[in-house]
Amino acid sequence: MTHRIRAIAFNMFREAVRDRILYNLVFFALLLVATAPLLGQISAGVQRVLLINLSLSAISIFGTVISIFLGISLVSKEIERRTLYPVLARPVGRGEFIAGKYLGLAGTLLTNTLAMAVGFYVTLWAVMRHVGRADANILIAIYFILLQFLVIIALSLFFSSFSSPVLSALFALCLFVAGNFAEDLRVFAHSVHGPQSWLALAASYIIPNLASLNVITRVAHDQSISAALVGYNTLYCVLYSVTTLCGAALIFSRRNLK
Amino acid sequence: MLAVEILGFEKTYTVGFWRKTKKIGLKSLHLEVNQGEVFGFLGPNGAGKTTTLKLLMGLVFPTAGTARILGRDWRDPWARSRIGFLPEQPYFYDYLTPFELLDYYGSLSGVSPADRRLRIPRLLERVGLADQGWVQLRKFSKGMLQRVGIAQAVLHDPDIVFLDEPMSGLDPIGRREMRDFIQALNKEGKTVFFSTHILSDAEALCHRVAVLSQGELRGTGVVAELVASSRGRMEVIWQGASLAEAAKRLGAECHTAGDTVRAVVDECRLEEILAIVRAQHARLISVNPAGGSLEEYFFQKLGRSSEPE
Repeated sequence: MTHRIRAIAFNMFREAVRDRILYNLVFFALLLVATAPLLGQISAGVQRVLLINLSLSAISIFGTVISIFLGISLVSKEIERRTLYPVLARPVGRGEFIAGKYLGLAGTLLTNTLAMAVGFYVTLWAVMRHVGRADANILIAIYFILLQFLVIIALSLFFSSFSSPVLSALFALCLFVAGNFAEDLRVFAHSVHGPQSWLALAASYIIPNLASLNVITRVAHDQSISAALVGYNTLYCVLYSVTTLCGAALIFSRRNLK
Repeated sequence: MLAVEILGFEKTYTVGFWRKTKKIGLKSLHLEVNQGEVFGFLGPNGAGKTTTLKLLMGLVFPTAGTARILGRDWRDPWARSRIGFLPEQPYFYDYLTPFELLDYYGSLSGVSPADRRLRIPRLLERVGLADQGWVQLRKFSKGMLQRVGIAQAVLHDPDIVFLDEPMSGLDPIGRREMRDFIQALNKEGKTVFFSTHILSDAEALCHRVAVLSQGELRGTGVVAELVASSRGRMEVIWQGASLAEAAKRLGAECHTAGDTVRAVVDECRLEEILAIVRAQHARLISVNPAGGSLEEYFFQKLGRSSEPE
């Protein structure tokens, strides 16, 4: 079982690596990171804060775009082009296919994010002429961004398992935006009563809580991130992704390939 | 033990915005394929051939019925590992080279890395792609992709090979090569199950055929017997349209194109027809056993005449 998932994941990774769109997106992300110091010069004294905010936001946004747009085509493209037929005609379970595709794209995003993180640290060093232990805190923010990607890939794959690429992109994008307001939704749920409250509370638990993964501003201002938050976010994202993937596998395993 | 046993496969699709309209893809299909035979699955476009193959491959799910491959449930992983499949007009990952693609499929089929290293170059050689092993598939022609397709179908040395319209879209050379490949596979002891609407291919290759139309099995037959059953009918072609009426009175099926008459007649009436042609000094073009026995069988099962109207 594991060798089949590994083979599918590796093929997915290879596909992404050979896709020019990916390079364009990574290039633009790195370009944005590189231009961040220019903005810092405009606002004297807040160079570091601006650099971290802009760079990590760029990594997060471009990574999210890659996650959604590669994620939504993972299944639909294979069905549309019928490349899936020789794969599923072999002793490959549909759940294995979903797991392999997910891991392949997650690996791609990990590689990209690492490349962008290196680009960011190089820029930080070039601007500040110093990268110290305090800057290691930024790695936690990057780790959280990666966790966010894992959730978004799982959601994109989930929608891709039963709907068209356009609808999948729309759903995933909506959930990404809503996920960034998940905590506000919970506050809203507690401020109203009756069915409104229940609906808002239910929605706040269904949508991914991406707000708690956004610590960019905090690390930019050298605020510490607790180990408990790291543990909680890791557990939450892993559970959310696994549940979403199980849903995707369940739906896909019942789907007729026309 | 049978190679393939289809026990009442049925497939009904729901179509329309509200999915309320039902469309029958396949009516209760019962079919048996023996080990070691080349089995032709015939039918016009839209007959349900591809649906049957997709059901057997687990790509779509039956509304009813089941199947056995080599005595096991058709979804059983072991059964799946013993089959090879070439889809109709295959499309593969075009960013890969044939070597990479076969390596990928080989790993999914459980072929060990050592075996893959050994088998892939041999297989590429066999399908005539030895020099193209490291060229990306996006640069391949349709015929070359079909060769890659057949290579991936047999890479893991399956017992049964399913081919969906393997000759479709190929030029005459490609068709000949595909025929030779199917015959070679059969000589190696593999069961070959292929769908086609090209009857000459089926007649040349198959031991048995099944005719499918509108999702319904219309009949199965042994090709050799079907060919033998057509003996006794002769085809006579001459120039002289005025003789057609006389030939029809002798029970001949006549088709006239300009001044040329093509008559198919029972062998026992052949001399009488020839006597009429000779008496009128018409130009006799040919006298042959009526061919296309499989064609006749096919059209008979479809409830249509094999002769042009």
